[in-house]
Amino acid sequence: MKQIFKISTVFLMIALAFASCNNGKSSKSNSALSSNVAEKVYVAPGEYDEFYAFISGGYSGNLTVYGLPSGRMFKEIPVFSQFPTNGYGYSEETIPMLNTSHGFIPWGDAHHPDISQTNGELDGRFIFMNENNTPRIAKIDLTTFETTEIIEVPNSAGNHSSSFVTENTEYVVAGTRFSVPIPQRDMPINEYKGNFQGALSFIAVEPEHGGMEIKFQVLMPGFNYDLSHPGRGKSHGWFFFTTYNTEEANSLLEVNASQNDKDFIAAVNWKKIEDYVNNGGGTMMPAEYAHNVYDETTHKATSTIIKEVRVINPSEVPGAVYFLPTPKSPHGCDVDPTGEYIVGNGKLSANLTVHSFTKMLAAIEGKKFDGEAYGIPILKFEDVLAGSVEQPGLGPLHTEFDDKGNAYTTFFISSEVVKWKLGTWEVIDRKPTYYSVGHLTIPGGNSRKPQGKYMFAMNKITKDRYLPTGPEMEHSAQLYDITGDKMELLLDFPTHGEPHYAAAMRADIIKERSKKIYSLAENKHEYAAKSDADTKVVRQGNDVHIYMTTIRSHFAPDNIEGIKIGDKVYFHVTNLEQDFDVPHGFAVLGQNNSELLIMPGQTKTSVWEPTKVGVWPFYCTDFCSALHQEMQGYVRVSAKDSNVPLKWSLGDDF
Amino acid sequence: MKSIVTILSILLTISLMSCGSKEEKKKEGFSYEQKSKPESTVQAPTKTVLASQRVDLTNKGIGPITSIELNTEVSQEMALQGEGIYKKMCTACHRPTKKFIGPAPINILERRTPEWVMNMILNPEEMLQKDPLAKELLAEFNGAPMANQNLTQEEARAVLEYFRTLK
Repeated sequence: MKQIFKISTVFLMIALAFASCNNGKSSKSNSALSSNVAEKVYVAPGEYDEFYAFISGGYSGNLTVYGLPSGRMFKEIPVFSQFPTNGYGYSEETIPMLNTSHGFIPWGDAHHPDISQTNGELDGRFIFMNENNTPRIAKIDLTTFETTEIIEVPNSAGNHSSSFVTENTEYVVAGTRFSVPIPQRDMPINEYKGNFQGALSFIAVEPEHGGMEIKFQVLMPGFNYDLSHPGRGKSHGWFFFTTYNTEEANSLLEVNASQNDKDFIAAVNWKKIEDYVNNGGGTMMPAEYAHNVYDETTHKATSTIIKEVRVINPSEVPGAVYFLPTPKSPHGCDVDPTGEYIVGNGKLSANLTVHSFTKMLAAIEGKKFDGEAYGIPILKFEDVLAGSVEQPGLGPLHTEFDDKGNAYTTFFISSEVVKWKLGTWEVIDRKPTYYSVGHLTIPGGNSRKPQGKYMFAMNKITKDRYLPTGPEMEHSAQLYDITGDKMELLLDFPTHGEPHYAAAMRADIIKERSKKIYSLAENKHEYAAKSDADTKVVRQGNDVHIYMTTIRSHFAPDNIEGIKIGDKVYFHVTNLEQDFDVPHGFAVLGQNNSELLIMPGQTKTSVWEPTKVGVWPFYCTDFCSALHQEMQGYVRVSAKDSNVPLKWSLGDDF
Repeated sequence: MKSIVTILSILLTISLMSCGSKEEKKKEGFSYEQKSKPESTVQAPTKTVLASQRVDLTNKGIGPITSIELNTEVSQEMALQGEGIYKKMCTACHRPTKKFIGPAPINILERRTPEWVMNMILNPEEMLQKDPLAKELLAEFNGAPMANQNLTQEEARAVLEYFRTLK
């Protein structure tokens, strides 16, 4: 025993000596370094972040808003998924937002947010985001952070090479990942090759209000169209799409779609096709897709099913589409700020391939083709190649750009971000990510003017970054300072769902456009009660409409009688507040859908079909004032055959 | 073991104490019959005049309005406009001639300066924090805060004109 004690004392002393020695050495540099790093991400209480990042939630269907450099999460914006937190997709007004040609769909797989642009710069008006599973494109209004429009994309399947905007937001573009029979029909799967097609959809965006309309679809060969980006500057008017599975395999793609040494980047001259369409070109084909629009004055969404869409076969417009051979199943398709370089991130390739737009034009001019695929000319690889980054890492996926002529590429397999120089193709720096990075984002990165300063990597695998309580953990993201030659890791922060890409921009541009309340005077909801004088309860057969108001801290009316079993009760709740950040909530016991969260000046409706006789309370779910706990009421539910008269009141005043 | 006993007994004492103080509080401040009793009984414990009844024609309040001239004659046109705004933005809490969630505006200019009234409409958050009268009013009206309905100065002025017509 004594001996053990002795031994351990000796060990302890040695350990202490070592530790203090270590500390002495590293504590200076380490603490100086880490306090320096801490200062770089510190945003003092009450201060704002310099940048806002909009990170897709993947299978959450939604979009989250983060601050940079703090990594603070500010909001989850419901887009493609029902959101009981505020009643999106549950309230009568928002149910139509999730309507599709396949009926109401409560969920979506959100992928690539992209911010609207004017003259190639992010203007902070809208953000667009694609739904991969049941192909749709959503528009979120950045003045309110609310989803205001969703359009379904017909003839598409696995809406993945989306939703990227051209440099004046002329179009938001949506390409299909899976090719399918167009039109859809009952046919054997193994007759895929030569029969399936892939639709690239160009959705026109109305300049003033941002209304979306499918202008045309280009029906391409049955490859997989993986990602895309618009040309900009000199290449404005073109759009580039990576393809894989040019083998046109319909099974075991893991092997069968990795046979060809090179797949293609499809270069589409959309200006040329637009001219053709404006002159009456293309064919209207029968289709069925939903177009859902939320109106900020009626506070209500409407869903319209559209029955036809204009399609173009590339052969109709000679010179509009070319293929650029690109090694090994390229994933990301990224265009640098000048519009000259098109990066194909060949995910199974050792090298990173960069094409030159200038060389591409010259090759087209010189008609130097290397054959054709389904009538589409294939350019010669050597003729369009600008250069390649030699063996930068394993499994390149995506590239973003800073404002100094550098590119940053993620490598999934080797878990790192590699910084390299455009034009010289030399690798400048590499930094590990934790772990298995997918996308990365630089504020303003997908525009003519990247706003630089930070880059963040969105990782697919978390492992030891947080407590190992799982098996599933929120994915980790890492923020890097990119102002110097070398990247510097600053911060870890968790993300929600599975982020596939994010768009980020300067926060001050968003701030100056922010909308704080909805004007009560402009509220045109058909069931709005805009003052207490408008409150009432109206029975129409079994439908009972309650025109209700809320203000700190009461509902009007707050006593309601004469409801019967079998009734369908519509609580139309108008928030009379005209002050910033004073929402009220509404919940009634036994509500089968979700609560409502009603913004100042807004009207929302919850349907309640009571199943039990009794006196049931309703209350405000959002702590609104010191008297929030007093903000409640009762609704009396009588038997089906009862003759309790319809009655409503607030205090003795009604 | 001894120390555990000590800790336990301390904890017990604390919890008993907090229990006790809660009960006392209840007895002190609350009465379920309050509502049915006549108004005078409610007022009885306070010796001073209630804030809502008090006359203070010097306090101009805190906010954008520092000085305002009222014409001797009421502008019917402006009052009508004010009535419209009042009905839309204020009736959820204020009845013209009787106490509701908040006080009644009838005869308000016999008790308040026009500046104070407009500042209360336009700048309620700061008024409730800093103006002594507004603070007392908040307490008198059960802590229900005056909501900022984001009226413009012109709209608030019209509402004031409407108040002058209340009889």
